[in-house]
Amino acid sequence: MLEKALVGDKKYWTWVGFLLVVIGIGFIAYLRQLANGLTVTGLSRDVTWGFYIAQFTFLVGVAASAVMVVLPYYLHNYKAFGKLTILGEFVAISSVIMCMLFIFVDMGQPFRIMNVILHPTPNSLMFWDMFVLSGYLVLNVLISRITLDSERKGIAPPGWIKPIILLSIPWAISIHTVTAFLYSGLAARAFWMTAVLAPRFLASAFASGPALLILIVFVIRKYTRFDPGKEPVQKLAEIVTYAMAFNIFLILMEVFTVLYSSIPEHIEHFQFLFLGLHGNNTLVPWMWTSVILAILALILLINPKTRRNESVLGVACVAVFASIWIDKGLGMVVTGFTPSPLGAVTKYWPTWNELLIAIGVYAIGFLMVTVFYKITLSLRGEISAPAKIEEKARVGSTV
Amino acid sequence: MYDAGKIIVGLIIFLVLITSPVWYNMASGKSEVVPQPKIITAEKECVMGTEYMREKHMDLLNEWRDKAVREGERIHAAPNGRKFNMSLTGTCLNCHSNKTEFCDACHNYSAVGQPYCWDCHNIPEEIK
Amino acid sequence: MGIDRRKFLTIAGLTAASVIGRKALGDSLSVAPESNLLPEENRLIGHRWAMVVDLRKCKEQHNCTKCIDACNAVHNIPQFDNPKDEVKWIWKEHFKEAFPNQEKEYILEGLLETPITVMCNHCDNPPCVRVCPTQATWKREDGIVMMDMHRCIGCRYCVAACPYGSRSFNWRDPRPFIKEINKDYPTRTRGVVEKCNFCAERLARGQMPACVEACEEKALIFGDLEDPDSEVRALLRENFAIRRKPNLGTNPEVYYIV
Repeated sequence: MLEKALVGDKKYWTWVGFLLVVIGIGFIAYLRQLANGLTVTGLSRDVTWGFYIAQFTFLVGVAASAVMVVLPYYLHNYKAFGKLTILGEFVAISSVIMCMLFIFVDMGQPFRIMNVILHPTPNSLMFWDMFVLSGYLVLNVLISRITLDSERKGIAPPGWIKPIILLSIPWAISIHTVTAFLYSGLAARAFWMTAVLAPRFLASAFASGPALLILIVFVIRKYTRFDPGKEPVQKLAEIVTYAMAFNIFLILMEVFTVLYSSIPEHIEHFQFLFLGLHGNNTLVPWMWTSVILAILALILLINPKTRRNESVLGVACVAVFASIWIDKGLGMVVTGFTPSPLGAVTKYWPTWNELLIAIGVYAIGFLMVTVFYKITLSLRGEISAPAKIEEKARVGSTV
Repeated sequence: MYDAGKIIVGLIIFLVLITSPVWYNMASGKSEVVPQPKIITAEKECVMGTEYMREKHMDLLNEWRDKAVREGERIHAAPNGRKFNMSLTGTCLNCHSNKTEFCDACHNYSAVGQPYCWDCHNIPEEIK
Repeated sequence: MGIDRRKFLTIAGLTAASVIGRKALGDSLSVAPESNLLPEENRLIGHRWAMVVDLRKCKEQHNCTKCIDACNAVHNIPQFDNPKDEVKWIWKEHFKEAFPNQEKEYILEGLLETPITVMCNHCDNPPCVRVCPTQATWKREDGIVMMDMHRCIGCRYCVAACPYGSRSFNWRDPRPFIKEINKDYPTRTRGVVEKCNFCAERLARGQMPACVEACEEKALIFGDLEDPDSEVRALLRENFAIRRKPNLGTNPEVYYIV
């Protein structure tokens, strides 16, 4: 199957080449970090986790969101998602691998990573997170391979894969729940110590993930013959709408509890986010952008007329994705550290080196999605050009 | 197999390239000079027998590391009944005070390189 | 027998993975020899080590840094010019930062201005130990919360979990920033977390912690909390002492006499 990714037109290779260059730059930046230590990042004694861990958290959500296409298709027999499930699973695989890479680049001693397995520690949520994430990766690799294989051969998938697919549904919930527990179990950090963190994570995941999938469908529909039709896109849009509404509801719950109870160590984090604290307002413009985008998205999504218009829907999905990325990928982690348990407000902003590494990891994810989708669409004969080379490759692979 | 000729030629080129350091060392005769680690201490006996230390010093160091740091046990009883403090800098390097001529001589030869012990553990002034 | 490309790639991948895996596992799977260990002769043994900080004595000496200097010198603690990279084991905080929610305008005169000596609290119920994924930090039987810098993977989860800001990460190689290296104690490497260890290495040699020894005013008192005749117990019996953030249930073992 892999050979399908090795043939393609000029556009395909330009895109792949571009990603490889970005990955190369990220790798060089990582070598620099390896040689000098994490001092090349903007992190400090007070803000010890930052951009890497935030991206990890955000991407766990994207990975978990595959369940939003898998569940309706397999549990409710919603046929319109038939063409999309495998695409969702491939986004999940790529996201989980990005998550792992983000954890890896954040480690002070990355070559000791095996210590987590050599000295298993069930009382650490980090151990469980590693367990559920790798489990989710294995499940999705297995499911996508078996179903794609059956699709290629034009037969029904083997019966034994069904229970595994069903298992992947609660498993997807577990990866984001455990990731929320990483944070919400820390008495030292008032900002994270809230029971709605896990539900909030899931709600935001089920909004941002399907929004991304809609955008991906729009992009590949433009460049290939792939077209799942209007119905599944609209159904995904409904999922985004409900999840986003619920996400905003949960955030408001949080805001009420914190503001009304007026406990200083809880309020200060929200002050830092939305007003700035002790002159540090690095996140303030971002957070208000996130709020405005969220409101805009909700208006466009709730109104059926705007939601059904696909170009407006595209705008709404970009707004959802950007809003949640700012909330989780910028605000969530750093704010837990600002102010510190000792009241220190330390400025954090990712350095160039840090950003290049992060962009490199994202490029690896995009490359994986590209290759997986190329293979899938080639097998389905939905790649528009070049048809001739495609045929040749297919003949070669059957021997 | 498709393109068998090309693949086999490619594999051969790959093998030659990857083993080239071996051929280079054999040709230059470097690998035949066996290192002679220099022992300069007045002590007669090590914390364990010579044969054992030659083969297993890394295991002993790992054991000392875990005992001292994790279990708080810091006294090593040698086979001859003598007691030693489990300390890399304080005990080992006290006798083998010439790290370059003792440790590095073999480590460089066998390409084990520099173990990361020295990232943290201090090396006393070298006595030649 | 035919072998298709996929099978070949699968086998090649698994082989590579197993080689890497064995290399990584090899270090810990090798069997170490049995040697009969003898107890150390003059080490200090405690059942629950604890520290009492007498702020009444500290209050007189606002600019005194003897305890901090002693600790820095003994443990090779680097001094960075950039606060971002800072590493500290024992240091001073303002009252309201050390004891948030306990500052009031009219409390004991001078107390709000007194610099509070803070360090790792060696909690009975340490959150850092709970979160560590490799047991690189753990609680010893005598109550000391220890760090194994050989084991630490530098994930900094413990730093996030500590409510007292007691843990420091080595953002860069500390060696060039140590004024004078004490040869009797290792330095650290970049990428690991470190903190106060109640001078476990000195207790093993029969010595008191370096900060306690350095304090001429005897404002730092160290001892065994389970020994009813110990000095720490006597002090706690006769004076009112507070602890940092007792509401979190961590049970700090550093007490402050106000």
